[in-house]
Amino acid sequence: MLTAFAIATDGLVYAAYLFLVAVGLSLIFGVMKILNVTHGSFYAFGAYGAAVAVGMYFDRGLPAAGGFLLMVLVAAAVGLVLGLILERGLLRLFYGKDEIIVVLVTYAAFLILEDVIRLVFGATSYTLYQPLGAAGTLDVGTFVLSGYDILLVALATLVALGASIALKYTRWGHLLTVVIFDRELAAAVGINVSAVYTITFIAGAMLGALGGAAMAPKIAVTLGIGVEVIVLAFAVVAIGGMGSIGGAFVSALIVGECRAAAVHLAPQVELFVVYAVMALVLIFRPQGLFTRAQPRKI
Amino acid sequence: MIVARALIPGTLAFIAAAALAPALPAWLISLATVAFSNALVVLGLIILWRAGLVPFGQALFYAVGAYAVALIGRYTPVRDAFALIAAGALLACLVAFLVGFLLARYREIFFSMLSLAMSMILYGALVKTETLGSTDGFGVEPPTYLGYAPEGAMQHLVLFWVVLAFGAAAALLVFFYFRSIAGALAVPVRDSEIRLEFLGVSVNRLVHLNLMIAGTLAGIGGALAALAIEHVDPNMAYWTTSGGFVFVTILAGAGTIAGSFIGSFVFELLKSVAYDLLPGTWQIFLGAALLVTILFLPEGLGSLFVRLRRASPQSKGAAP
Repeated sequence: MLTAFAIATDGLVYAAYLFLVAVGLSLIFGVMKILNVTHGSFYAFGAYGAAVAVGMYFDRGLPAAGGFLLMVLVAAAVGLVLGLILERGLLRLFYGKDEIIVVLVTYAAFLILEDVIRLVFGATSYTLYQPLGAAGTLDVGTFVLSGYDILLVALATLVALGASIALKYTRWGHLLTVVIFDRELAAAVGINVSAVYTITFIAGAMLGALGGAAMAPKIAVTLGIGVEVIVLAFAVVAIGGMGSIGGAFVSALIVGECRAAAVHLAPQVELFVVYAVMALVLIFRPQGLFTRAQPRKI
Repeated sequence: MIVARALIPGTLAFIAAAALAPALPAWLISLATVAFSNALVVLGLIILWRAGLVPFGQALFYAVGAYAVALIGRYTPVRDAFALIAAGALLACLVAFLVGFLLARYREIFFSMLSLAMSMILYGALVKTETLGSTDGFGVEPPTYLGYAPEGAMQHLVLFWVVLAFGAAAALLVFFYFRSIAGALAVPVRDSEIRLEFLGVSVNRLVHLNLMIAGTLAGIGGALAALAIEHVDPNMAYWTTSGGFVFVTILAGAGTIAGSFIGSFVFELLKSVAYDLLPGTWQIFLGAALLVTILFLPEGLGSLFVRLRRASPQSKGAAP
């Protein structure tokens, strides 16, 4: 019983993390059909930015709530700057090329950004410990839950709700849906597809950076943190169905719980349980769990 | 006749490389040994690329080949290089055969992703298994060659010749494979699978065959690389290793067999030069090189030679 509770809560926290890192990737793929390797860089920059800025904020002894707000602001700023530069300055040159070629372009950009991180932040690792303390703990029977973990789950839920409401009920959401459904048709009826692309990419970058900023207190922010996140996010998105936000949500939950179960019951398989789930799902649902049927083109 | 003529430059290049080897500095030999081992993996990627498939997990077979060599060296008295390499190739082929049943059903980005997942499963298993060396990996015993055990500098030289021989043999076989019916069908797979199916060709079986060939080549490449580096570790199965192979494929240009060797060599050279000159920022250099290649040489380094070859008769014709 105790283990079951521990698995459920650990899984939920891990699922929140997975969803936060995967949702931006899924958004960009859904709209732009780009498998964006630089997503790992967004995550890393978000984590570094938060570790530096929020660490300085807390060192001044200012109120904790502002620190959490600052995290989100840092993520938004990082996403805006990186997203704008990459989309306008680089990806634009490669639209219309093969999907695989564009993946490689983002891979090249990722390699470059890895070293930019080293140049900007140095090789030292940062730890952001204050938010964990500021969020406190919560006692549930014999269990002590970290307040920060609860915030993380709340943030992921908020992002999921916000994204689905924005897609369903706002003008921008409707425009996005049209572009996702058929890009050429969207352009033909007068939608500025180019602007939609830029804004989508920036939004995706912000979400990636938010994932990094939110995780910064829980990890050692050091070189190479983006590398692992990319494949994890890919796996979650592939399971959920490329481009489906709801799919990413369900997939993050499944993978999160599976991994938590593995950690508690069979630690040997912990590292690859995510990919095993991915392979298993793809065997039966090649396009992922939630995805629109594609018409067969001859 | 035409076939024979196409083989001449490659044959000469291999003979020249083998003959020059004793005169070359040791660092260049060891760099070229690793580069040409990896070229075998790239050769496999080119076979898949022709059918429109880009695996982001080819490191799976590379690591299987490498670990086969290292494990046999560790737990059995077998030291013969050819037996070790054959074991690596067979095991990689077997893994490719099994994984192929799954992978061959997928195309495009899904194929890439599933292949990535497969390699990451192996990576996770390697990292978590103590008997397989865990994160540190373990060393590879020095091999013998049909009973001959070279010493000192000869070790590296002999291995270089062996790698070169395997490279030449693989290049030749792939050359003829591309001219066989199965090899020629890869390009139509890329263009329209449905047409091929209507012509009575099983595309899945064709992709499965290509996967096994590419997997075997990657296994041999991994086995040779393990002997060259004298160490194996789980990073051989990590996605960045696969990414490197795809990188070289782009650099080489997917059209040519010679390109995979030249591209692989240029890549290793680029990497070590960049690493020496700019220790902290060599990845910027690599990333920029990749971007420049995709932008200005979309057909890869190989296309430079094709262009030169095409340009020269024209210029002759133009001059009266």
